[in-house]
Amino acid sequence: MVESTIHATQAVVTLDVPIQGIVWGSIITVNMWAKSIGTGVVFLAAFLWFRHNKEDMPNLKWAMPIIAFIALNVFLFFTLIDLHQPYRMIHIFTHPHWTSSITVGAWLASIFLVLVSILMFIGVGEKFPGVPFKGCLLTKFGRKNSFLYEKIFPFLVFLAIPVTTYTAIIMAQSAARELWQAPTEVMQMMWAALMAGSAALIFISGSWSKEARKDLALILAISTFFSFAMYMSEYFFSFKSSEAEAVLEFVHVGGSYSIQFWIGLTLGFIIPFFIAVGNMKSDNQTLLKFAALFALIGLFLVKDVWLKIPQLLPLS
Amino acid sequence: MKLGFLVDLNLCMGCKGCEIACKVENEVPLSTWRLRVKYIDLGTFPDTRRSFTPLRCNHCESAPCERICPVSALHYLENGIVNIDSDRCIGCAGCMMACPYGAIYMDPETNTADKCTYCAHRIESGMMPACVVACPVEANIFGDLEDDSSNISLYIMEHKGAVQVRKPEKHTTPTHFYVGGGNQTLNPLAHQRIEGYNLFNNITHLDHVGDKNHGILDRFLAPFVGHEKRDNKSFIESATSAESHEEEGGH
Repeated sequence: MVESTIHATQAVVTLDVPIQGIVWGSIITVNMWAKSIGTGVVFLAAFLWFRHNKEDMPNLKWAMPIIAFIALNVFLFFTLIDLHQPYRMIHIFTHPHWTSSITVGAWLASIFLVLVSILMFIGVGEKFPGVPFKGCLLTKFGRKNSFLYEKIFPFLVFLAIPVTTYTAIIMAQSAARELWQAPTEVMQMMWAALMAGSAALIFISGSWSKEARKDLALILAISTFFSFAMYMSEYFFSFKSSEAEAVLEFVHVGGSYSIQFWIGLTLGFIIPFFIAVGNMKSDNQTLLKFAALFALIGLFLVKDVWLKIPQLLPLS
Repeated sequence: MKLGFLVDLNLCMGCKGCEIACKVENEVPLSTWRLRVKYIDLGTFPDTRRSFTPLRCNHCESAPCERICPVSALHYLENGIVNIDSDRCIGCAGCMMACPYGAIYMDPETNTADKCTYCAHRIESGMMPACVVACPVEANIFGDLEDDSSNISLYIMEHKGAVQVRKPEKHTTPTHFYVGGGNQTLNPLAHQRIEGYNLFNNITHLDHVGDKNHGILDRFLAPFVGHEKRDNKSFIESATSAESHEEEGGH
């Protein structure tokens, strides 16, 4: 029988050049992770202000834009340093190519950062008149125009949606990476933002009402649960294409990224879920802060794996 | 005019003449390739045969690299060539993530993306691409796909049914065709890369993107302090002094 004497499917590369390794590495993971925090706190602030009185979260008005401002600057900084020609970043604004989600995203994120900055100047200007120094024009501007806060905020929430999700479109446009071609990536970005946003706000929720903190725990629990469920569905539905199947081998048992993947899932999704659910009954702030810390670390680890594994496959 | 390429794998004998001609013509730096010839061994001993597959940019009609490029550094020429303007490229590597054929690389000298342009500069002067001229068996056939009397059109008509493109499921509509190829030669997942089976061992992943001696800080300082001039000797020295990258995924 010919099929048993000749391995008709046996094909081995015997001479080739070195193939590309990981092109988008951990710098891009930091980029995505920081953006999740930056937009997530905006979503959470909108939810909390909708559900509670402002007095229940006294520091939210100034702390939220500060967290978002720092996170977005980290995001933009890491975007910049990943470029091989960082000074040419200006080309995105002077020679924009609008079919590229990188271009659209850079513009949206820049507008988002400007709006967040205005909120920060208003929030800080009102709360800390002498900060960063007496007579600071920016905080002075903020104090004089504090009415803008509530006018800008709805637009900011609206803008946070495309700023959160455009990375999923970049991944979809990365046609070579089959694993990222799923529409679920958009929802995965949204869950990541809610997860990171709730985790970040937990650290400043010490002075908040129990009910407000309970809502933070609820959002953390929901987002970790659904995000975990989506990763699991990707994990088990690996047969959707041969490329995705080959990529997911890296996180399946024995795969070179399976340990990092499962540490990330356990630390960032499973443990925080149970702590957050438990915390909705007993208000244990220390434990909740641990859940938030774990969620942020785990989210980074899992995102890092998801970013890198499709790049390990030879394309040609 | 729509320029296209066809490689008859039945004719290719793996001499790598096209690869070298491309390197010389386009001054492609060490550690990078616009065109490469991959050897694949099929079957098991003693019933084996070796297949040679030249791989280059497919100049897709619906090119994902052109679509994702944020600054239009990758753009179409009127003759269908997907060209690249390295002066505009910001080095985001989006095109490298988008190209399903792995045809784009980060030039270690300019730190910008680069790829095969079908030798656009030669075509402009009425010449053929360097790889076509160098091929001793005329396995590379190049011409206007919209001209029914061109060599490539005639070849496609003569071999209809046997003309293939790589990864048609990606809907990129390549203008680069193969005759005599099969799943094992054109599908990268259909062949294995096993250490010890190579003509030269340690066929690995590249351990850097662009110039390995051009770190993040250097990217910012380069315009002010200049950039160390790299030549073949310094490349070889840095390559031999560097640690093996095998443990980072080489296989």
